[in-house]
Amino acid sequence: MSIWEYANPVKFIRTTDRILPWVSVAAVLCLVTGLVWGYFFTPDDYRQGSTVKIIYLHVPAALMAINAWIMMLVTSLIWIIRRHHVSALAARAAAPVGATFTVIALATGALWGQPMWGTWWAWDPRLTSFLILFLFYLGYMALWSAIENDDTAADLTSILCLVGSVFALLSRYAVLFWNQGLHQGASLSLDKEENVADVFWYPLLVCIAGFVLLFVALVFLRTQTEIRARRSRALLAREGRT
Amino acid sequence: MTPDLGKYAFAVLASYGVSLGLIIALVALSLRRARRTRAELEKIEERVKRHG
Repeated sequence: MSIWEYANPVKFIRTTDRILPWVSVAAVLCLVTGLVWGYFFTPDDYRQGSTVKIIYLHVPAALMAINAWIMMLVTSLIWIIRRHHVSALAARAAAPVGATFTVIALATGALWGQPMWGTWWAWDPRLTSFLILFLFYLGYMALWSAIENDDTAADLTSILCLVGSVFALLSRYAVLFWNQGLHQGASLSLDKEENVADVFWYPLLVCIAGFVLLFVALVFLRTQTEIRARRSRALLAREGRT
Repeated sequence: MTPDLGKYAFAVLASYGVSLGLIIALVALSLRRARRTRAELEKIEERVKRHG
């Protein structure tokens, strides 16, 4: 069996229909468990006080905001190279989810930054590249809506996605490129010394799993919707011609 | 049971409120559009079948 079988819209819908309920239940379980654990059962940080509880939303949302764009990049490349409609529609389906996660990351970052840094916003490399990433999300969605022909829209949005990938990568690595700026280094690290303390790390891990599963569930659901909407447009166009 | 958020209560509660609100809205809108699109396609397919 080849992965390209799922480029068939019928096969994609049939398979994701079977998986979707399980992924959705797992997403809700992980999110509820992680957030309740993090909010109610973890101590305050010795420096950040209770604002450390924002980490359970900010870090997973920021992580998924970037990874959603990377997923869109991969599916856009598949569209450009192999011309599978499902991959282009999956990229389209992921954009609003990624944009929402970006807003969550920006909003929770600002709410945390105000008491910790004394400002809601700073033109810091990571914050700025994240804001530009959000603008790319908006532009990407607007471009899909603005073009009537689905294939042309997929071509142009794929190119836009390639360009935006620079900012997706910048948002992740900006703190390593430039030392100036307020944003601290990554909260997560394979180096135990640099990683957040275990008491915060375990619920954070569950929240990250919840965000990943939520993303997968929403992309499956929204891709199914895009496939059906495309079929409706094709049928209506055929009706109009006869 | 309820943690004492102290002077950071606004930052923490607003973060949870905004994030959960956005997630719930995204899920609700995705489900609504999925239902509508599925119903619309069924209607069109039915019509196409009837008219050959």
